[in-house]
This record gives sequence, C-alpha cells and structure tokens, in this order.
Amino acid sequence: MYQINTRAHLEEKLNDLKRKLIKLGKMSKEALNKAVWALKNQDPKLARTVIDNDDNIDALRYEIENDCLTFIARFQPFGEDLRAISSIMYMASDIERLGDYGSRISRIAIELAEEEFIKPLIDIPRMQVLLDEMLEDTLSAFDNKDMSLAKTVFSKDDEVDDLEEQILRELVLMMMEKPSRIAQASKLFFVARSLERAGDHITNLAERIFYITTGEITPASRFRRPLPPEKE
Amino acid sequence: MDVSISAKNVNLYYGDHHVLKDVSFDMNSKMVTALIGPSGCGKSSFLRCLNRMNDFIRGARVEADIRMRGKDIYARDTDVISLRRDVGMVFQKPNPFPMSIYDNVAYGPRLHGIRDKDKLDEIVETSIKGAALWDEVKDKLQASGLGLSGGQQQRLCIARAIATRPDVVLMDEPTSALDPLATAKIEELIRQLKESFTVVIVTHNMQQAARISDYTAFFLLGDLVEYGVTAEMFTNPKDKRTEDYITGRFG
Repeated sequence: MYQINTRAHLEEKLNDLKRKLIKLGKMSKEALNKAVWALKNQDPKLARTVIDNDDNIDALRYEIENDCLTFIARFQPFGEDLRAISSIMYMASDIERLGDYGSRISRIAIELAEEEFIKPLIDIPRMQVLLDEMLEDTLSAFDNKDMSLAKTVFSKDDEVDDLEEQILRELVLMMMEKPSRIAQASKLFFVARSLERAGDHITNLAERIFYITTGEITPASRFRRPLPPEKE
Repeated sequence: MDVSISAKNVNLYYGDHHVLKDVSFDMNSKMVTALIGPSGCGKSSFLRCLNRMNDFIRGARVEADIRMRGKDIYARDTDVISLRRDVGMVFQKPNPFPMSIYDNVAYGPRLHGIRDKDKLDEIVETSIKGAALWDEVKDKLQASGLGLSGGQQQRLCIARAIATRPDVVLMDEPTSALDPLATAKIEELIRQLKESFTVVIVTHNMQQAARISDYTAFFLLGDLVEYGVTAEMFTNPKDKRTEDYITGRFG
C-alpha cells in the first residue's frame, strides 16, 4: 500500500540545511588547520588562501541563515524541527567565527613569515590538533544526534584552555627576559587567545546539539572539570 | 491561577464506543485554552461536554465531574438553559438565525427574560462592539444577519454568544470556513475576548493554537496526552506523541 510521508518535503529541506551546516563546519575547520600550518611552516602563500576563502565561508553562513528563514516561513516548524532550525542559525554564526579566527591567524602568519621564532611552536599546533578533533566530533555528533560524542568536546576544551594558559605563562616570561621579544610574543599570544576562543565556540555548538535533541539548555560547566577550590 | 472550569475524570461513551477516557484538567479563567489533536481524538466531544451539548446525542453517556466556578454542571439540579447562558458557543460554520442582526444578538437576553428596550439596545451594542463588528453594521441593525459576509456572520455569532455575558465562550473550529483575513480578525478578537471571558477553542490549525492560546491540551484517541503552557508545548513538548503530532509525523 502507498503511504504518504507528510514530512518528506520538510525533511528534505531540513537535511539540505544540515548538509550545508556541516559543509560550513568543514570549511572553517580547514581554515583553522591551514592557518596554524601556515604559521608554523612560515608559508604566507597558504595563509593568503585562507584569507581569500573567508568570503566563501561568510557567504555560506548567510545562505544558511536565509534558508532557515525560508524554512520557517514555509513550514512554520514546531518541536524538534523548530529547535533544530533556530539552533542551526546560531551554529552557523559560531562556525563562521571559527573561519574568522583562521583569517586572523593567517594574517599573523604572513607578518611572521620572515621572522625567526622566539621559540619553537609546539603548543599552538597542539591546540589546533585538539580543536580539529573537537570540531570533527561535534559535526559528527550533530549529523548522528550522538549525545555521548558531543559530551567529549567539553573536556577537550578544558585541555585547550590549559594549553593557552601555559603558552601565556611562557610568553610572559620570555617578554620579561627580553623586551625586544614583545612584538612577536604578543602576536603569538593573540594566536593562542584566538584558538582558545575557537574552542569556546565549538562548545557552543555542542550545547546546541543537546538542545535540539533534549529541549534542555545544558550549560557546558556540567561536563567541564570543576573549578579549583577557593584559596583561604 | 483562577480556575474557571475544572474537568475531572471525564468519560464519554457513544453507545459502546469509549470516546473520552478519564480526561482531567483545569481551564484557567480569562485565558485561552486550545484543544488540539487529529480528527476523531475527542477534542470536539470534550468541548461539547462543557455545555452539555452531548445531551442531545442519542446513545451518548457522560460520566464526569465538571465544575464551573465550583458548581457541578452534571448535577441533577443543574438548569441546562442557564448553563448555556453561562457558557456561550460558536461553531465551525457561521450560523446566524434568519432574522435581523439586532434580533440575533438580542435573542439570548430575551430568552432569559430581558424585555426592556433600552436594556436590550445597550446589550446589543456592547456585544456587537465586543465582537468588533459595530462599525460595519451599526447603520443596518435591522438588516438580515444572513446578508453579512462569512467573517462578519461569524463575528455576529460571537456577539450573540457573549450577549448573555457568559463566563466561558466555547469555540469549535471558528475560523475553518473563513478566509485568512477574516481568520486574522477572529484571532485578534479572541485575544480581546479573553480580557472578559474564558475561551476554550478547538482548532485543527496548530499555528492558530500556537498564536492565540495560553494553554494547550493535546488529545489522542480519547486520551488527554499532554496539557501545558502553549509556548512550552510547541517548542519542547514533554510527550513523544505530542512531539510527533506537532511535527507532522502523524495526524
């Protein structure tokens, strides 16, 4: 017997939107990876491609936003559909910011392309590797509604925060020793801060994935390591 | 919250068919409560229990504790005529009486013994104004109600329903026969009506329920599946069956 799937049209459009969001995620992921690679390997040409591609990321983000509005106007969604659509709009904005961080880091990569590094870049690429895993897992969790995978993002972000703090401490020491390092050190610090912020945006994505499925706003702190006790 | 109608363990049978199964919830005063659910879920039957319209149906049997302002409407000594004065009703298709606009609205008050011309004039004017129809009909109150447009006829029916100053106005899909603009007018009117009345509305249009109601009750196969604040119900329903219904998975 023929069955009419009343959700066929809606699901087709919703899936298109999900695919676009995942594509946007992959583009931003690539931007961050290439930016850090270009910085570490002093490759200004690669850095330029990241900056050039940022307009495409922005354009896709606005395309997604527009598609969401069209979806709302056409289908007037409720329940999980409504939560998904509103979340996709926020998620597109978070992901687009990741692309912006990639561009910013690429600019610094161009500025530092000819300079000798004041220290070998080890922790910054480690941050990037963590972010790459986090984003990959988040996109996969979004695609498969995998809550337990989404949860892993929060503890990894704790590690990203630790690395940033470590980098900051090191750079401060180096600047104190030799003020001539301040110019480069502050740029590297800016890179570390951008990557730390990128981690926060990825945890926002994970929070949204929880919201779409459960309808509950789950604060990231629930899955993070507890703060150290206050000192007496 | 001030409760206008309290329904407890409402069971309705049409012959052997168990149409409503132990439905219990309170309808709050001066709020709009929407009843939603697929065809045959019992929402209209429930609405008709609230002013004992099911009494007319042969083979219908109601076992229920329904209290309006604390008074049991199924009690032996309940006067059904006065119950219907306290509980007005508006139907799916506009059904003005084949008489003048004025007489349509004055019909109820006259039935309840009001004869004084000035008093009737005042009731008619207030009720038609309350139904947002006054400007359109004030110069032709003696014209037939049947000469009005569909949307105007429905507002005339609302004026007729509120002319007896009821506590509650029941509406059974009041806009399903109207065009979008006439629908929008009725929806806005419902929003205004709740300042003075408790409104219980059956609608097939979920967007309408989401727009105009404060509380929503979702019925399925004679059960009340979920009852709650409308905003919550349409963004984050608690029951999987509600989620499936509002997202169009069935119904």
